[in-house]
Amino acid sequence: MNSRNLALFAAVAVLFLITGFFQSWNLSLTILNMAIVSAIMAMGVNIQWGYAGLFNVGIMGFAALGGLAVVLTSSQPVDGAWRAGGPGIVLGLLLGLATIGLAVALYKRMHKGLPRTAAILAVLVGGFFLYRWVFDPAALAVEANSPEAFGNIGGFGLPTLVAWPMGGLLAAAAAWAIGKTALGLRSDYLAIATLGIAEIVIAVMKNEDWLARGVKNITQLPRPWPVPQEVDLQKSQQFLDWAGRWGFDPVLTSSIIVKLAYAGLFLTVLLIVVWLSERALRSPWGRTMRAIRDNEVSAEAMGKYVTGRHLQVFILGSAVVGIAGAMMTTLDGQLTPGSYSPLRYTFLIWMMVIVGGSGNNWGAVLGGFLIYWLWIMVEPMGLWLMSAFTAGMPDGSWLKTHLQEGAAHMRLVTMGIILLLVLRFSPRGLIPER
Amino acid sequence: MDFLNALVAFTNFVFVPAVAYGAQLAIGALGVTLIYGILRFSNFAHGDTMAFGTMITILFTWWFQSMGLSFGPLPTALLALPIGIAITALFVLGTDRVVYRFYRKQRVATSILVIVSLGVTFIMNGITRFIIGTDEQNFADGERFVISAADFKAATGLAEGLAIKSTQAITLATAVIVVAALFWFLNRTRTGKSMRAFSDNEDLALLSGINPERVVAVTWIIAAALATIAGVLYGLDKSFKPFTYFQLLLPIFAAAVVGGLGSPIGAIAGGFVIAFSEVMVTYAWKKVLGYLLPDSLAPEALVQLLTTDYKFAVSFTILIAVLLFKPTGLFRGKSV
Repeated sequence: MNSRNLALFAAVAVLFLITGFFQSWNLSLTILNMAIVSAIMAMGVNIQWGYAGLFNVGIMGFAALGGLAVVLTSSQPVDGAWRAGGPGIVLGLLLGLATIGLAVALYKRMHKGLPRTAAILAVLVGGFFLYRWVFDPAALAVEANSPEAFGNIGGFGLPTLVAWPMGGLLAAAAAWAIGKTALGLRSDYLAIATLGIAEIVIAVMKNEDWLARGVKNITQLPRPWPVPQEVDLQKSQQFLDWAGRWGFDPVLTSSIIVKLAYAGLFLTVLLIVVWLSERALRSPWGRTMRAIRDNEVSAEAMGKYVTGRHLQVFILGSAVVGIAGAMMTTLDGQLTPGSYSPLRYTFLIWMMVIVGGSGNNWGAVLGGFLIYWLWIMVEPMGLWLMSAFTAGMPDGSWLKTHLQEGAAHMRLVTMGIILLLVLRFSPRGLIPER
Repeated sequence: MDFLNALVAFTNFVFVPAVAYGAQLAIGALGVTLIYGILRFSNFAHGDTMAFGTMITILFTWWFQSMGLSFGPLPTALLALPIGIAITALFVLGTDRVVYRFYRKQRVATSILVIVSLGVTFIMNGITRFIIGTDEQNFADGERFVISAADFKAATGLAEGLAIKSTQAITLATAVIVVAALFWFLNRTRTGKSMRAFSDNEDLALLSGINPERVVAVTWIIAAALATIAGVLYGLDKSFKPFTYFQLLLPIFAAAVVGGLGSPIGAIAGGFVIAFSEVMVTYAWKKVLGYLLPDSLAPEALVQLLTTDYKFAVSFTILIAVLLFKPTGLFRGKSV
């Protein structure tokens, strides 16, 4: 960290302070919390792209898997859901896995030719129908179990702090499966494949109601351990006395304290991830990764196992994204599969890495804070600019209403322009790789 | 009779929609594949180029409609289409001049160009939403059906009807014209030949005196035209919504990749492979099987392999399956 980088971080901190002083601390902290989560996601992208040059544009899918892990781990068990169809679902999923495993084994063991193709097709088609035959009734039974309130398989009711690493594990498991099949692809092909895989993940989460109620959403997820509930604080006499002594409004203060607690928790995770990433980058492992990124052929000639290292870094980066996705779902208190869009959860995160400086962990963190602040604040600024611009027009004119309604979309344009400007004039980002 | 009914039901619910959708995807994928062949990157902004071109066409359609102009039984949008193409081409040439040319001169890595195209995606997406909003727009007018289900039933006496929407017929006719014109251009004209030479071997093409800026400009114009046509046809057939068009990028990319990036024939084949598999896997086969099988075997359930929400999943499963066994697509695309 040299003085220039510190100045950059200070400048971003000033942005948050300005929001706090001129608008509200509540808003500033809300942005800060999501910015920390985004910074962790950006670290995950940086591990894959910055260290190893893997072009993964399926970030949205891994973030969503992290959120799913929170629901499965920390929400309360649903009465009767397991009895209704739990074993059937597990058996069905195992049958599905066994089918794929058998097909892969046949592909590897048998010699190329018509018999192999026929055998694999037979296994896949037979396996699919067997899977649906076992799985469908079980899933339907779970969904029929008090469908208004639940209809999902339910969670284990474990503490939320356990759910975050579980989010990382689930994302890592998915990354292993995806990496095994797709990592052999060249740059652009890998990008397109991951883009599609992320859409598939979201499609599954939207439609498999037994899993997490699909688009009916899961709400009221529990909070992690040190974060209190606003209502509990407002009921506590000790808190009311304390707020009264300082002359604070108890309702506002309770919400700020909750956000500060989240911020502290998230910052801890961020610092742990940064520390681990820095250690990894400076180790022989990190040097190997960068050597592979810069010249795959010569790294291979030096005896480095490129495919293995790629798979490793793909899993690690995806796990970091999964942890951040789990934290985000906890912060929201709900899982809403319908709200995941690639612009927001893949391309914006990528932008953070590019603007911050790919290959540099601190750069990714800075980019996360800066770009998320802009993402939120450009909209009100655009509205403000637009109302200044249209002030001279007569009220109720068609153009004025249209311009003011459309101002909200200007943030996409602004983000695009920022990305292009950075790529043009500072292609290595604000904090370049050393 | 039952067999004929099954055939008609299959044609009505699977074949005709899949052919129309496949033609739309093929035209979209041709644009992606041309850009990849000449400029050597996957253009993530292609979906938003489609949305932009369609938006311009819709605006002019509305203007024509307000003037009382119509195209007889055909949709007015076809009159506005050339204007939409022209404006989109100008816009795309502008982005090339302002954005892409700088990186082309520097010969940056493809992945950087892809990220640059993400920036353009953001901007075009924002502009489209700013001008026309995020709501769904229906702009098809003119005759609705070439053959309606009731007419077909009356004419043939079958229990099943066959409906062909005029938009489906227009899609297919336009696709045939566009593809024929494109292949004539690529194979017969001097500019087209220089484009193919540039795609095959850039250095050799430069040595033989081909002007790269001209080739690139022509490519962008063709890509903008293809994107606008694909977008308008899709919009006429279904409806226009900016977010749907952004998502159309997925099956279009899948089509281009399955065929092999950089191969025009591959893009067309890929479009139909993706469209047919999406429709066939998500169609409920109960009706067709009910006609074909004896009553005792007729299915109770819908016999739908996957619900329609999984259509993207289908296209990408095929994409990955093809890439696993043929890493550069069915028609040997290139990889840079």
